[in-house]
Amino acid sequence: MERYILAVLVRNQFGVLNRVTSMFRRRQFNISALTVSETESNEFSRITVTFDGDEQNEQQLINQLYKLPDVCSIRELHKEDAVSCELVLIKMENNPAFRDDILTAAKAFEAKTVDYSREAIVFQLTADSLKIDEFINLMRDYTILEICRTGRVSLEKGGTTIRNVTNL
Amino acid sequence: MLLSGADIVVKTLIEQGTDVVFGYPGGQIIDVYDSLYKYESEIKHVLSAHEQGAAHAADGYARATGKVGVVIATSGPGATNLVTGIATAHLDSVPMVAITGNVKSTQIGSDSFQELDITGVTLPITKHNYFVSDVKKLADTIREAFKLAKSGRPGPVLVDIPKDIQMAKCEFEPQEKVSAYEKFAAKDIRIQEAAEVINQSEKPFIYFGGGVLAGDAKEEMLALAEKIDAPISSSMMGISCVETNHPRYLGMQGMHGNFCATVTMQNADCIIALGVRFNDRVIGNKDKFAQNIKIVHVDIDGSELFKTVNETNSLRGDVKLTLKKLIPLLKEAKHPEWNKKVNKLREKEKSEKDAREGMTPDNILSLVNEYKKDSTPVATDVGQHQMWSAQKLTFTKNRKFISSGGLGTMGFGLGAAIGAYFGTGERTVLITGDGSFGMNLTELATAVTYGVPIVILIMNNGVLGMVRQWQTLFFDKHYSNTVLDRKTDFVAVAKAFGADGAKCETLEETKDALKKAFSHNGPFVIDCKIDKDEFVFPMLPPGGTANDIIVKVGE
Repeated sequence: MERYILAVLVRNQFGVLNRVTSMFRRRQFNISALTVSETESNEFSRITVTFDGDEQNEQQLINQLYKLPDVCSIRELHKEDAVSCELVLIKMENNPAFRDDILTAAKAFEAKTVDYSREAIVFQLTADSLKIDEFINLMRDYTILEICRTGRVSLEKGGTTIRNVTNL
Repeated sequence: MLLSGADIVVKTLIEQGTDVVFGYPGGQIIDVYDSLYKYESEIKHVLSAHEQGAAHAADGYARATGKVGVVIATSGPGATNLVTGIATAHLDSVPMVAITGNVKSTQIGSDSFQELDITGVTLPITKHNYFVSDVKKLADTIREAFKLAKSGRPGPVLVDIPKDIQMAKCEFEPQEKVSAYEKFAAKDIRIQEAAEVINQSEKPFIYFGGGVLAGDAKEEMLALAEKIDAPISSSMMGISCVETNHPRYLGMQGMHGNFCATVTMQNADCIIALGVRFNDRVIGNKDKFAQNIKIVHVDIDGSELFKTVNETNSLRGDVKLTLKKLIPLLKEAKHPEWNKKVNKLREKEKSEKDAREGMTPDNILSLVNEYKKDSTPVATDVGQHQMWSAQKLTFTKNRKFISSGGLGTMGFGLGAAIGAYFGTGERTVLITGDGSFGMNLTELATAVTYGVPIVILIMNNGVLGMVRQWQTLFFDKHYSNTVLDRKTDFVAVAKAFGADGAKCETLEETKDALKKAFSHNGPFVIDCKIDKDEFVFPMLPPGGTANDIIVKVGE
């Protein structure tokens, strides 16, 4: 199994995310992360899909996406040709016994302390998904109260944009 | 001109060339029905007995004509009753537009009376659907629905219109009928690669389906077969596209397909698959299917390519345009050895034909073949009678075999036959079973009301024959809930609805009944008694291969 990242440009319309995710569900695609937001134009939204599968799954997923009339363009993003990152918020128990360890680890990962109270510390980390996994893993040694991560967002390097490619 | 949303719906349907719509009124679509009343000289509305019947009628109309079928229903239960009909059309790629009413925009989301999220419900069974929230977008939305329904691989599109949008006023300018998106051939490089593979083939074989019918590519396909000297067979959806007695046509492929067709496909060295999707009912065990056979697959829908089987060449494009480019690249070939082998198998199959006398499915359908004309559409329901019809009925013109393939919808036939009649103006035949007919026979009321000439032939065995056949073969004859043994008198039922009919226990009686039915003004029910242990053979067991085909009980 490989990990694939697809950027999907869709018409910014009511219910479009539902159409896309409904298709993933009914065809049982193994989606590990999905982000969606408006783009430089309010006509379009951009969905970034991270999923695991083989080449045939990937081709099938692209073909099925293209069948949705709201899908305008799809770009497969390769690690080496794209910049990707993800954001995580992680709330740790503020236990004096571990406080120093936690703060040291956060510093090593360049995570920002965005909230500090007697009960908890909230860190924010923007990084590669793998690095975020590592940070969370490390924090598991202590008491994690809550985690919220955004899922990966990606853009292709260089001047090419997703709008150069259009739905046939 | 300033029109109400409801008027715009009807005017846009007329503008799009719709001459007849099927449907059932209700509270949230009442405005559209008022407009249908107003414009009744320009567009005919056929009232069904149940919305499901109307949906199947729109489907049957589309299958028989190639035009977009239109069905209208109210919100809530009216809309959900369309669901089976829409799903049936979706699985068989039938162009259809379904229009539903809904509660006022301000009430949406509040669980008001007969409110239902039908765009949510039909999301997986439509090509696309729309919820119209602005009357200014109404006409263009319906136009887009027609465009999508008939473009590329056709399919159903639903437009849900809240009541206040139907009542709101807006300027309307009639436009030209929309055309489908422009068709395109597969990429030249792909065509060239495919030509190389086909040119090397010693035992080529063509397997085609509904895509050749929808893509109007019969001529090109036959030209291809001639040029490379290949036998042809079809999926069930391809039946009637090529005349049954065409010297190259081996018949239907698959679970209950012709023995010769199924075995020949497995013996080929190259399968040229046109507008088909290698359904499990065709190929059996996909891991053992066509090992070491090259597969060239042409389909307009890219998602069908490489979906089920390992293909050598996948060509995404319109089948007609692609074949036009492919054929000149092919070498004229003759494969006498291969065709001799195929014909030998075919002769063997013919010689093993069921020779029993009496009320066998074969003999009954031979009589139907005698009475029906080249122009007669034949609809079926789903089950044993459907497979017998697919195997034994003969056709010379396309769009004459109307049957639910992908979804396998029992209860499809009567509605579909009514729709086929309205599309073609031809007396229509329905071959059905007692199980299927029992599901939606209320549409007899529709057929009687509109004087629709339908010859309804029920193969009545008192059991759910296809499931029983599986129970006999694979479940130790545990006939769980498949013995109907109902006391229903279908001829009396027909008469109660205002139709006519006859009960037949012999072929002579069947012949007389058919004679009567084919000159009867309106629906005529022929209740043919057949044995409950008639089987559909050959049978490729589920998950099996061509080597596992069962041709007789006890094998």
